[in-house]
Amino acid sequence: MENRKGFSLNISKGHNFIPIERKRTIESCLLLVNRMLLKQKDNLCFGILALVIVAIPMFVESKYYFIVLNVIGLNTIVVVGLNLLIGFAGQISLGHAAFYGLGSYFSGILTVNYGFPMWPAMLVGMLATGAVAYLIGYPSLKLRGHYLVMATLGFGIIINILMGELEQFTGGHDGLMGIPPLTIGGLAFDNDLKNFYLIWSFVFFFMLAARNLLNSRVGRALRAIHGSEVAANSLGINTADYKVKVFVLSAMFASVSGSLYAHYITFISPSSYDFYYSIQVVTMVIVGGMGSLWGSLFGAGILTFISEALHIAEQYHIIAYGIFLCLVLVFLPEGIVVGIYNFFLKIKTRKAIIK
Amino acid sequence: MSRPNYILEINSISKNFGGLQAITRLSFNVEEGLIFSIIGPNGAGKTTAINLITSMYPPTSGEILFEGQKLFRKKPYQVALMGIGRTFQNIQVFQKMSVRENVMVGCHTQSDSGFLRCLMHTPSVWKEEKVIRQKTDAVLKFLDLDSKADMLVGGLPYGVQKRVEIARALAIEPKLLLLDEPVAGLNLQETEEMAGTILKIRDTGITVILVEHDMNLIMGISNRITVLDYGKKIAEGSAKEIQNNPKVIDAYLGKEL
Repeated sequence: MENRKGFSLNISKGHNFIPIERKRTIESCLLLVNRMLLKQKDNLCFGILALVIVAIPMFVESKYYFIVLNVIGLNTIVVVGLNLLIGFAGQISLGHAAFYGLGSYFSGILTVNYGFPMWPAMLVGMLATGAVAYLIGYPSLKLRGHYLVMATLGFGIIINILMGELEQFTGGHDGLMGIPPLTIGGLAFDNDLKNFYLIWSFVFFFMLAARNLLNSRVGRALRAIHGSEVAANSLGINTADYKVKVFVLSAMFASVSGSLYAHYITFISPSSYDFYYSIQVVTMVIVGGMGSLWGSLFGAGILTFISEALHIAEQYHIIAYGIFLCLVLVFLPEGIVVGIYNFFLKIKTRKAIIK
Repeated sequence: MSRPNYILEINSISKNFGGLQAITRLSFNVEEGLIFSIIGPNGAGKTTAINLITSMYPPTSGEILFEGQKLFRKKPYQVALMGIGRTFQNIQVFQKMSVRENVMVGCHTQSDSGFLRCLMHTPSVWKEEKVIRQKTDAVLKFLDLDSKADMLVGGLPYGVQKRVEIARALAIEPKLLLLDEPVAGLNLQETEEMAGTILKIRDTGITVILVEHDMNLIMGISNRITVLDYGKKIAEGSAKEIQNNPKVIDAYLGKEL
């Protein structure tokens, strides 16, 4: 009986599997080359990013473009953090507007109402947001499945309402005014250009930190959890713990970005932190490419730009936004950066094979 | 109470899934440094036994001792940290990671840098990475995977993926390794290679529990065999004893009418 079983397996292997396997091997090699190139180019990319950040002010003069660039920077920080959660740990949060908002309001309220120094206020905001994220993440991530989505969705809406209703602290729907600009020593970041340098140096270092994390033990564990949670567990990885921690980290990224926003714009109101913002950042992650650090930068850049350009269309710009997301999901499901890269790589390989 | 040379003691465990009694009062002891096989017809509860040992779910009753320590209420990752490695019947490799990265994930148990240190990439992380790389290279070499180290696992043939899974489990430095059908779906040559690999693993001092359908493999390399049928143990002994046991023959071929 057992011999017969072994025999039948040989047959099926000979006739069915080999062509598929060969195809898969080619695909695997493609992906590998792709990833090796990405890795080698990584340091180069960080160099280029630094150069671009330094050089941009030489070419851009309009105040408006600086505002757009700064908003792109702030969004990038949120998106990089969110990508750690979505792209690597495979969890989705629809409450990042709330974490972003918590950062803003902690910085705003502590400095305006209580006269806190600014940098400590930012730190307090970051830690408090992390603590809140822990409280939400701990129960919902212990369960398998996408309970985090529902928990963060509800949480985001509640926080947004509280921002409007707790008037004595937050200034209600009229917002909180007179938030001082950040200072380092005697240098105040009080105009768009100075804030450009401030925000983009934060972007640079946050991206560097994210890269470090991903190329380490923790990053591998997160990717393992995304690959197979059971297997990750069997290798001694405390998967529940890791998922909560990466969620907390992701919330902290958003919080810092929110603090920077508050000190930059000097005025905050609940409408900046509504559910729509949460959706926007998730879209940026997906459009840029889940699990791609540079995709996050790109996704934040292109979608912030598009939504600025569509301001003429007023409320209809949400529709255009939706269509754009659909198109990306249908034609470039891996996100724009990864998708286009793979496309060119395939053409190159095909040519090489034909030759 | 426990004899020191038993690495794993299973005392009368049962497991019910709702009304289904998957395992009924199963007991066996596994001696250190041997290959212990669990066989039985489909649905006999072999995989359930492995899942119970790795605490994927708790037994309904009974207890499991690993090196004299109770496994009750331990999480699967804690069991792994104690030194029990495993592979899966339907392979669970990380398809989108390279062979090397898969094994590096296995080295998780021997490193301890957390989020903060990894974000900063402190010198201690550097050192740890270096150790992990050396360890990984050694494991890859041990299983002849070094030539495929940088390939993505998802594109490799089934047999190689199975070896990657074993390599990954070895990287956690287990004292006990549970292999759930390591040769299912492999051809004859691959099966022979796998038998060699399993013997090689045993020779490094790791105790192996093998769940398999391939009788040639089982009879060839096992030191001791337990036979399950409908969640109950029907026989235990050496290969020769099992082959001549009428109960086992009945379970596999059916009773003569």
